[in-house]
Amino acid sequence: MDRLLSRPGGFTEDEYEPGAIPISNIENFRVLVIGAGGLGCEILKNLALSGFRKIDVIDMDTIDVSNLNRQFLFREKDVGKPKATVAAEFVSRRVPSCKINAYVGKIQDKDEDYYMQFNIIICGLDSIEARRWINATLVGMIDMGNPDSLKPLIDGGTEGFKGQSRVILPTMTSCIECQLDMHAPRAAVPLCTLATIPRQPQHCIEWAHIIKWEEDRKDIPLDTDDPEHITWLYQKALLRAQEFGIQGVTYSLTQGVVKNIIPAIASTNAIIAASCCNEAFKLATSSAPFLGAPGTNNYMQYTGDSGVYTYTFEHEQNPACPVCGNLPRDLTINPDTTLQELVDSFAERPESQLKKPNMRTEEKTLYYSAPESLRMQTEGNLKRKLSELLADGEEMAVSDPAFAIDFRYKVRFS
Amino acid sequence: MASDQTELPPPFQDVPTAKERRYDRQLRLWGAAGQMALEDTHLILINNGPGVTGVETLKNLVLPGIGQFTILDSSIVSEADLGVNFFLEPSSLGKFRADETVKLLMELNPEVKGHAIKEPLESFISQDKIFAPYTLILVTAPIDPAILSRIQLHAEALQIPTFYIHSVGFYSSFSIQIPPAFPIVETHPEPTATDDLRVLKPWPALQDFANQKTTGLETMSAHEKSHIPYVCLLLYYLEVWRANHDGKAPETYKEKAEFRDQYVRKGSPDEENFDEACAAVLKSLNPPTANSTVRAILSSPEATELTPTSPPFWLIANAIHKFYTTHNQLPLPGAVPDMKAQSADYIKLQNIYKAKARQDSAEVLTTVRELERSTGRAPKLAIDEKEVENFCRGAAHIHLVRGRPLQIVRPGEKVKFGDRAEDMLRELENPESLVKLYLAFLAWDEFVATHASSPEQAGGEGIRVPGDTDLGLEADGEKLTGIAHKLVDDLITEAGTRIEEPEYSEIREKVAAICEELVRAGGGELHNLASLTGGMIAQEVIKVITRQYIPVDNTCLFDGVESRAYVLRV
Ligand SMILES: [Zn+2]
Repeated sequence: MDRLLSRPGGFTEDEYEPGAIPISNIENFRVLVIGAGGLGCEILKNLALSGFRKIDVIDMDTIDVSNLNRQFLFREKDVGKPKATVAAEFVSRRVPSCKINAYVGKIQDKDEDYYMQFNIIICGLDSIEARRWINATLVGMIDMGNPDSLKPLIDGGTEGFKGQSRVILPTMTSCIECQLDMHAPRAAVPLCTLATIPRQPQHCIEWAHIIKWEEDRKDIPLDTDDPEHITWLYQKALLRAQEFGIQGVTYSLTQGVVKNIIPAIASTNAIIAASCCNEAFKLATSSAPFLGAPGTNNYMQYTGDSGVYTYTFEHEQNPACPVCGNLPRDLTINPDTTLQELVDSFAERPESQLKKPNMRTEEKTLYYSAPESLRMQTEGNLKRKLSELLADGEEMAVSDPAFAIDFRYKVRFS
Repeated sequence: MASDQTELPPPFQDVPTAKERRYDRQLRLWGAAGQMALEDTHLILINNGPGVTGVETLKNLVLPGIGQFTILDSSIVSEADLGVNFFLEPSSLGKFRADETVKLLMELNPEVKGHAIKEPLESFISQDKIFAPYTLILVTAPIDPAILSRIQLHAEALQIPTFYIHSVGFYSSFSIQIPPAFPIVETHPEPTATDDLRVLKPWPALQDFANQKTTGLETMSAHEKSHIPYVCLLLYYLEVWRANHDGKAPETYKEKAEFRDQYVRKGSPDEENFDEACAAVLKSLNPPTANSTVRAILSSPEATELTPTSPPFWLIANAIHKFYTTHNQLPLPGAVPDMKAQSADYIKLQNIYKAKARQDSAEVLTTVRELERSTGRAPKLAIDEKEVENFCRGAAHIHLVRGRPLQIVRPGEKVKFGDRAEDMLRELENPESLVKLYLAFLAWDEFVATHASSPEQAGGEGIRVPGDTDLGLEADGEKLTGIAHKLVDDLITEAGTRIEEPEYSEIREKVAAICEELVRAGGGELHNLASLTGGMIAQEVIKVITRQYIPVDNTCLFDGVESRAYVLRV
């Protein structure tokens, strides 16, 4: 690697000076890795073997036996221990020159000062919520007078044989929120199907999960990692399936539905994590052009089910992005719709995916799902038609306490 | 993850075993059969050069539980190895790299057995039947082409899938040699691509059910109407359409759109089941003919010229071909997508489809049994009924890869592209294609073949890669680019054409820049590229071993400068 950095390449900029500068750049580059799971383990290894010396890792999870088929820094004896600590210790032991700090906890525990210390942030997460949070935080940190406030964000994700890696320069290029509709949520099964006309094994499991648990074990918080809880759900789902003549409820399917399990394998994690770290390496050393410079490709999609196919492209910034843009987007809607129906629809709209929206116009508050006092004050509006609450062309802001984002919509009556 | 859906397990007996819990996330992809195939595998990695990509590949195969692996590597761990290979530790210095990497890889999974061979490749390869214990071979560059040719011949004779791998700086490539007929049944198509409802060719049980559900459609209660399964709605409105169109179904896009908007939609403006019916019109109103790929597989020589020992796939293919000729449709897969309906109606509909699928599969099985008799197949080779059912279920999505031998550079001989020359030339003219990188790697191999250092040289094993010393950097760059440019010209000549300016010069410039990048790395691996390539190769190994999903046919290139991959058929 030192050899490569000491020589000019076929695609380096003319100003590129090989040798000591890129090598010292990388040694002093401070990297934050969010997530020490399937992608995180790979990312830590890759960074350590790419010359990065100052790494922090943050993860709140503990090691589960089902992690061992891909999270290669963990062993049977580590089950139950925090991922961040075990991963950091392992890599530091193998690559003694690399120093890794572990923090066991949530990214939301940390403030802007914490994130300000790093030169780059690499995410290997399975949660969309956490990605949206860090994205909004990094965009919010941008101070036009301080170039150091710009923290490139590299994000990876996988599902089965597929994955994607992307590089974001907050406010300068398309952000996680701009790209949210690339990862639309699966349509939820209507409650009435679960309650009255189940047809699929999944419907029986969701019924046990959402309805039956509330009825029978209201006082016990459901822990999807507790085998007794999963077994209970499995049995209830099985009984319901037998009642309706539905086949296919298994323990494994129950677990899959309840925990929303996404299939994951070592090889895909390796591909995506390495792609993320390759971009970080190029960015830190200027040894070759990196993904994500404004006006260039910033997104690589990888598909390995049928041959190998990558699609590397520029995802363009969305001017109406609630995080990094500043334009309201049009919301075309029937004026006879009730506010309740509109509230429900925000959970499923691909660009918003908000479960507990708060909504207001410049004039008035339409609905707040929290805090409780505001909810009580505003819940009367839920039954009213939109035509009674809003004017055609009026602007409305929608937010959710879970994310530091305002969505702006311009209401268009159809 | 096809689970046997015929019987419900009693509660508590279905709780996963320790092994199922460990492998849960992968069993959801390739199932128990795929896992068994993986565990029956013994892979050998012939690791040359820095050897990081090979070891990273193994990491991704040891973790999911490959049966056994062997690393053949005679080199000794150096300081440089420690900086780039994660499966070595400071105490490994001066020891055999094979021993050390095997030891640390085995820590990843107690179920997997690893072996190290430290014999030099030259003497290893000279023995007889040396590859008999192995089911898959990985070879990394740089390697003497004469030795690679011998490995290839062994592999071809024993039909062992073989991967040949390059990883140099920001670039990597791998080529796969698999048998000339490599059929796959479980291709795992996208779930949306597998709906097959046969609304244009309903059988009596389905038509009866639809009639029963739609009788009095215009007068039934709103509740009842909103719960008619959309398949029945489509069948009902097709009858109405046919009555107005001389008994013909909608055929063109325009007719289908009219059918959707003027017939189905008119039934109800906003009920969910009518929405589903409208959404399904374009993809469901197609005759159930097999696509051309499937038809070509069913009538390929292996399927028509059966022998007593033909692989089961080809016997079943022959039987399905007969089914297809008789009925002008493939056996029914039998799955029904979820749709708005009363539970009992949906279950009835499911049973109607399942019964027809069973009937179709039974007909195919009868033919298979006849073929077993007529071809004189030994009873111990009798084909499993489950395999026939499986084939029938996936018949519309089967795939055949025609494996080809690795392309190996032979010093003093022109590289020949043969029947691929014209296609390769088109690749050369396509700016998106990474064929230029492929040619640069061929040139790199030729450089290695013609620049052997003397074996007596300290640390030298007779192999020298371009850019390995600072001194010869420029000269190596010129040589490598020269070889690559000649390959470009040879390809153009073999394809019997020419490329005009300025395109020709642009191609030469791009090839030169790639060569410069290769020389810059001096044969060194970047860990990220090694890890990424190891991930891709592991995916392909899993696909080849499990015979699920579709493997690369046959060369995959990765460009870490532009961050993209490209597949070439060489
Ligand atoms: Zn944005």
